[in-house]
Amino acid sequence: MPKDGGIGASTKRREDVRFLTGSGRYTDDINLRGQAYAHFLRSQVAHGRINRIDTAAAAAMPGVLRIFTAADFAGVGGLPCGWQVTDRHGKPMQEPKHPVLAEGKVRHVGDPIAMIVAETPEQARDAAEAIVVDIDELPAVVDMKAALAEGAPKVHDELASNLCYDWGFVEDNREAVNAAFAGAHHVTTLELVNNRLVANAMEPRVAVGDYDFATDTSTLYTTSQNPHVIRLLMGAFVLGIPEHKLRVVAPDVGGGFGSKIFHYAEEAACTFAARQLRRPVKWTAARSESFMTDAHGRDHVTKIELALDKDGHFLAIRTETYANMGAYLSTFAPSVPTWLHGTLMAGNYKTPLIYVNVKAVFTNTVPVDAYRGAGRPEATFQLERIIDKAAREMGIDPIEIRRRNFVTEFPYQTPVAVVYDTGNYHATMDKLLEMVDLAGFEARRAESAARGKLRGFGIAHYIEACGIAPSNLVGQLGARAGLYESATVRVNATGSITVMTGSHSHGQGHETTFAQVVAEMIGIDAKNVEIVHGDTANTPMGMGTYGSRSLAVGGSALVRATNKIVNKAKKIAAHLLEAAEGDIELKDGRFTVAGTDKGVDWGSVCLAAYVPHNYPLENLEPGLEETAFYDPSNFTYPAGAYGCEVEVDPETGKVEIVAFAAADDFGNVVNPMIVEGQVHGGLAQGIGQALLETCAYDENGQLLTGSYMDYAMPRADDLPFYRVDHSCITPCTHNPLGVKGCGEAGAIGSPPAVVNAVIDALHRAGHTHVTHIDMPLTPARVWAAIHRH
Amino acid sequence: MHNFDFVKPSTIADAVAALAHEGAQALSGGQTLIPTMKQRLAAPAVLVSLTGIGEMQGVCRGEGGLHIGAATTHARVAREAAAHYPALAALAGGIGDPAVRNRGTIGGSLANNDPSACYPAAVLGSGATIVTNTRTIPADDFFRGMFTTALMDGEIITEVRFPIPERAAYAKFVQPASRFALTGVFVAKFPSGVRVAVTGASEGGVFRWNEAEAALTANFSAASVEGLTVSPEGMIRDLHGTPEYRANLVKVMTKRAVTSAK
Repeated sequence: MPKDGGIGASTKRREDVRFLTGSGRYTDDINLRGQAYAHFLRSQVAHGRINRIDTAAAAAMPGVLRIFTAADFAGVGGLPCGWQVTDRHGKPMQEPKHPVLAEGKVRHVGDPIAMIVAETPEQARDAAEAIVVDIDELPAVVDMKAALAEGAPKVHDELASNLCYDWGFVEDNREAVNAAFAGAHHVTTLELVNNRLVANAMEPRVAVGDYDFATDTSTLYTTSQNPHVIRLLMGAFVLGIPEHKLRVVAPDVGGGFGSKIFHYAEEAACTFAARQLRRPVKWTAARSESFMTDAHGRDHVTKIELALDKDGHFLAIRTETYANMGAYLSTFAPSVPTWLHGTLMAGNYKTPLIYVNVKAVFTNTVPVDAYRGAGRPEATFQLERIIDKAAREMGIDPIEIRRRNFVTEFPYQTPVAVVYDTGNYHATMDKLLEMVDLAGFEARRAESAARGKLRGFGIAHYIEACGIAPSNLVGQLGARAGLYESATVRVNATGSITVMTGSHSHGQGHETTFAQVVAEMIGIDAKNVEIVHGDTANTPMGMGTYGSRSLAVGGSALVRATNKIVNKAKKIAAHLLEAAEGDIELKDGRFTVAGTDKGVDWGSVCLAAYVPHNYPLENLEPGLEETAFYDPSNFTYPAGAYGCEVEVDPETGKVEIVAFAAADDFGNVVNPMIVEGQVHGGLAQGIGQALLETCAYDENGQLLTGSYMDYAMPRADDLPFYRVDHSCITPCTHNPLGVKGCGEAGAIGSPPAVVNAVIDALHRAGHTHVTHIDMPLTPARVWAAIHRH
Repeated sequence: MHNFDFVKPSTIADAVAALAHEGAQALSGGQTLIPTMKQRLAAPAVLVSLTGIGEMQGVCRGEGGLHIGAATTHARVAREAAAHYPALAALAGGIGDPAVRNRGTIGGSLANNDPSACYPAAVLGSGATIVTNTRTIPADDFFRGMFTTALMDGEIITEVRFPIPERAAYAKFVQPASRFALTGVFVAKFPSGVRVAVTGASEGGVFRWNEAEAALTANFSAASVEGLTVSPEGMIRDLHGTPEYRANLVKVMTKRAVTSAK
């Protein structure tokens, strides 16, 4: 291993030097000469018809440069949706237009009606208050089942109904699944809600549009997880700007969790306005705007049934889910409740027959899209909850019933399309049991009981599909994009290396881990490797970061490009050493001729490539720079066992997590410290979903949780000290690093573990009437469940 | 936030004069007013800061108990009241977070009378006296319902005088998001009897739970409260709890305050 940390070293994160000293450069730190400021006038009603927008008085106010409404965007496209789902009858989903600014109707609180551009943010906001909008408020649809009822108000008048699609998977299995249920020894049924969440990245969204009339080039600085995707979507589908005249920069980005994947109206509006005004135009979201405009996550209502034989073997699973799309289709919204959810319904188990039905519904709420885990937490939660319920009903230990059904032979073809390449679920379960001291549980429970507290233990085992995704497969499933990744490795003349990656780091630590990979492969110090990302002007086209894909897909592209570099460098070394190329070995940054003491160091080879005085110019180009694209042949399948121990205060319903352990199989690990950090963060969000967070609307579509006064973000003292382990390793079989991805696991595996623990605590205390409590398990809900209120 | 003028008088008289201006608004720690202005839900023409007035600062023993200047921050009360009135100091030290405690003031909290604020429970539970620039107001007459007090326009709280009980405690069950009191109960045992004040629970703001006071005056133990019931009628219903849940918390938190009183 190189001395500054190659693969496997817990190298400290180099990016933290700037983040922890306030030296980061976030989008809001970017201020351009002559910059003007945008403010968006937003709908205060959930549903309404716009009769008239009078901007005359506002336009005359001090500092106002221009006020844009939908009419100004007449020649501009709507915000595109990147995935088309086909329903169970073979019809494409209903896909309404998503205008940049509201056209004719407003469809959720926060829907932008007008953009005011002024010399200062305050002037823009003052002018917004002077705009007169005459809106006829219409009845709103908020509840999904009500939205599908006959005669319900339609979110989009031009659509037949509020049903986006009715998806069946695998549709051909439907009757066989029904037959399996009809003949089953035992059927367990559970109805549950996967609560709507707000991503709440620490940095709110920001967009700065710029236009250089001399070169006719537009630039957008934006808080994005995937600048190339934004360039493609905004350039090709919204504004009609070709890629060579459009640059998108996503500099330091303060967290995304999925919410910064999508192309948002404000990005297009600021870029458009900058072109019109020939002034840079900047918009920075207030936190309250984040709540009502960042795509929300989850929001599924599900009925799941599990059929079992007399020994607790799973025979079939049948689900019916209502998935909230919100008022418009966000960029990848249709894929989340379908291909990212239905394909994971097998979990870690050998269930031969599965049928998943999903009805996606338009409502007068903020669009819903991917949030850390995206579909996989919803699948895992249903499955791991109903398994616990079935175990209790049949009198089988919850760990034992899981073990009886674990997939043990790989590759494993699930009945829901995907093929698990590798895994060892008994190993992660064993590791978890080592970590949690179940033998001592009874004593701990008795000690809690002596203090009037109810102690419970819950377990969950999860699997996820990461390393998104094989392009040809997702193309068949409706994706309108490829999901490869790219890397350019540029070796500089004296041997240092600059890597341009299509992945994007917004907290993941790629600048550290990607450098570790390259340093390891060449055998040089990682400090000689710099990672560049986030700017379409200097990185190869890549699809960005989400779905725990960056190391599995972006890292694989990096390995490929580095291999090309090494191969070429060996040719140069062979020439310099007057040896056969096949005899050249690279070790610890030095090329040697096998079996001799002849050698040349890395730097001399690099210098020869750029100062090719003694160089095989007749058959080798000078220079040392290579690009590679990598398209995965399968998803990766991280898996793990999570255990949660809680204490419930029966008088108040307050749940305290007293212990939490996670045993994950992420395949090979490049930087254990960063992996642990990712798990910690995922657990915080998963526990947040389980106990604290929910995004609520009232019946009129008003957002009840529009600030941190009512939206409960987890704080340090809400969370336990975690015990995490990633020593169970079954390397991914199809990518060169053998890595699987770790970014979402914590958020996927923890919610069912927490809820299972609370239900366990209540059952052990005799409250056996409580079979489920919907998340978040707030004190009020737990108390009400105990006391049958 | 809209533009405004800012004045920072150094005497109560100057503050009263400044508040006589059209559109003037008193500013103490600003923990409610400033966010409200940032959201443009309030737009005073003149902010009159009360934090530069020396006679409104500090904690000292005085006639009838502990006197606290109205512009004293929660952090300072937490520090300086600890030796004299530990339950009050603990309450102050549990408000918000360190940033809030180092800006927010007792007078500001009382004048605002947020139905979920902590201080109203201490003031009502202690039977404290609110001193203003013009008069003294007993706690029992001061709180007039959610965000409503006996203060007149332009009247400034200058000091709060707390009698010191034999034993007291504040038990707060926090709202999970804001960490204001979902229900908080202040119990104080005086030679003359026990006072129990509840914040966070009622649509009417802070209130005294008379039945518990009577029971605890007879026998100061958690068991005395056990047999009592609290009606959910008039309790707050929101995302974080039903009236029934809050009614339950009133009793649970009262018991816990009694148990921990010292």
